[in-house]
Amino acid sequence: MATALDPAANMYGRKPGRSLAVAFAVMVALFAIGPFVTYPVFLMNALCFSLFACAFNLLIGYVGLASFGHALFFGWASYVTAFTAKSWGLSPELAIVAGMAAAAVLGVVVGSLAIRRQGIYFAMITLALSQMMYFFALQAKFTGGEDGIQGVPRGRLFGMFDLSDEMTMYAFVVVVVLAGFLLIYRIINSPFGEVLKAIRENEQRAVSLGYAVDRYKLVAFVLSATLSGLAGSLKALVFQLASLTDVHWTMSGDVLLMTLLGGLGTVFGPVVGAFVVVAMQTYLAPFGQWVLVIQGAVFVICVLAFRRGIVGEIARLLRVAL
Amino acid sequence: MLVPTRLVFALAALLCGTAAASAQDLAVKIGVLNDMSGLYADIGGEGSVAAAKLAVEDFNPAAHHMKVEVISGDHRNKPDIGANIARQWFDVDHVDVIVDVPTSSVALAVNEVTREKNKVFLGSGPASSDLTGPKCSPNSIQWTYDTWMLANGTGKAVVKTGGDTWFFLTADYAFGHALERDTSAVIVKNGGKVLGHVLAPLGTSDFSSFLLQAQASKAKIIGLANAGGDTVNAIKQGAEFGIAAGGQHFAGLLVFINDVEALGLKTAQGLVLTETWYWDMTDANRAFTKRWQIASSRPGKFPSMLPAGVYSSVIHYLKAVDALRSASDGKAVVAKMKEMPTDDPLFGKGYIRADGRKIHPAYLFEVKKPEESKYPGDDYKLRATIPADEAFRPLNEGHCPLVSG
Repeated sequence: MATALDPAANMYGRKPGRSLAVAFAVMVALFAIGPFVTYPVFLMNALCFSLFACAFNLLIGYVGLASFGHALFFGWASYVTAFTAKSWGLSPELAIVAGMAAAAVLGVVVGSLAIRRQGIYFAMITLALSQMMYFFALQAKFTGGEDGIQGVPRGRLFGMFDLSDEMTMYAFVVVVVLAGFLLIYRIINSPFGEVLKAIRENEQRAVSLGYAVDRYKLVAFVLSATLSGLAGSLKALVFQLASLTDVHWTMSGDVLLMTLLGGLGTVFGPVVGAFVVVAMQTYLAPFGQWVLVIQGAVFVICVLAFRRGIVGEIARLLRVAL
Repeated sequence: MLVPTRLVFALAALLCGTAAASAQDLAVKIGVLNDMSGLYADIGGEGSVAAAKLAVEDFNPAAHHMKVEVISGDHRNKPDIGANIARQWFDVDHVDVIVDVPTSSVALAVNEVTREKNKVFLGSGPASSDLTGPKCSPNSIQWTYDTWMLANGTGKAVVKTGGDTWFFLTADYAFGHALERDTSAVIVKNGGKVLGHVLAPLGTSDFSSFLLQAQASKAKIIGLANAGGDTVNAIKQGAEFGIAAGGQHFAGLLVFINDVEALGLKTAQGLVLTETWYWDMTDANRAFTKRWQIASSRPGKFPSMLPAGVYSSVIHYLKAVDALRSASDGKAVVAKMKEMPTDDPLFGKGYIRADGRKIHPAYLFEVKKPEESKYPGDDYKLRATIPADEAFRPLNEGHCPLVSG
């Protein structure tokens, strides 16, 4: 029964489990050898954005809700984590939980307002609320305005692991990101996730089947916000910095670009997209403001030439689910 | 047979060459980190890179058995990008010192990274006086100017010359608020009065309502607690509203010569401002300006105090590294820099205080009227010189942890 319900399995006539397991093993292997090949801080940055993009994908790819305000959750979680770790001296795990809690609360508030509308109106409401909180971050005392919160201590995880060591921090980030990734995978393959996909495909029909669509949407929104918050909290610890960049609307645009480039509604797409975009931003940095032009060009090419995104196209060519 | 012999000779020559170089030459890498493409690219940008290269040239590394390399990066005024570049420079590219870094938020981030990695940060660009206050670090020196000095210089001098009632037009973010707060304190202390203020959002294009409030306040001086494009726009629109004709004057709290050039003397005339370096003050400055125009390929442009600060700081840094014969321990290099008196063609003799503040005189300028200007770049007339020991915040008032102990 389970196989019959899965659209991917129907399309290609085989169980999707194997290709996903292989891809997951490859991803974990790459994360394991990564820090010995390139610069660990770059990888940690890309990993944080991978989680952010996966959380965003949960909403846009599986519920069909295009939020333009996800920077709100990412950025505010990073502020709360940075503030609690620095000013209250919370340990890293508690600071991250505080950041996620803040993102969840914001998710409930923004979500319950935004899900009442659809399409462009949904996007505009999320954008408006996130810009409101951006200006709040700009003015509030504890965020340090445009200076941000600097010199955030990474601290000792559970009082045992010293995160100021680059490799320990890397291992911690990998574990958290993989846990978030698996949680999202679990969500989209649960009965709850099936309902979300039903809402994406045909909301009226889901309503007619008796599902309380709004409640499902709200839960998905809050989950996505909370996991985005987890990514933001991690980033604050990695860079020991929370700044306005993370709450600015361009961050919401970046995460959309990552998700589209990697492959909307694919499991691995957001991870690949995040790595590609972060690599572009890092290695093309010498071109200054031209990075934005290059990003725009890449986006246009993606939309024109491979609409399914990188992973989406690979999955189509190999006839597997990824 | 011929080929192997040749190969052996070539290899031998190569080995000797590298061996000789590594035995004597001390390699130093300087990273110029600033805004290369945004709103501060004009005051620093490539101009600061050119200034760093000129400093290296004048220091003459070969004569000191040193090998100095200058690289540059664009932080796009974002603290996370700046911190990321700094980290990567220190970890991967083996950069020993980061210079310039305008935009206080980025500078504060770089300050923390530098402290953590025990390297050196020479801030020629940042304004925030926190860098030598609560956030001071044994790895950082703030070189050219700071907000306290700007507020004190312009505020005090203007009040003393009769501008005793003020109205502030303030950029609505932390930097603007800090500048207004510091300047207000100086004005009140010197017997002046602040009649009011208006907060304008950052990057406002229409200042008309704010300027009308400023006009209605009847204050003699309109203090501009903002920077860059905001200052330029406020002054431009102020000219259209006839602010100067009505007997009111603008006091720019952070104005660079590039802003004055952009405004033109007709619009900017009468503006009072504080800087620590002006290209047309001495023969040495004029000579530097000529070389800088060629090196940065900006003919007809004039360096602000930022490239001058980069030049001066790089020279002093290289002297300290030469004295220590090592650049690896950032704290030791900064301690040596504080111990040695500074002396260079642009800023003359000076010294570096325990809190990391470079001490030199500051100058209060007034922008000339168009008819007073005799040649391009002849923009300022000197109204007062603030001696070195009065120009910057007293050591005990900064709350720098390095000093209290």
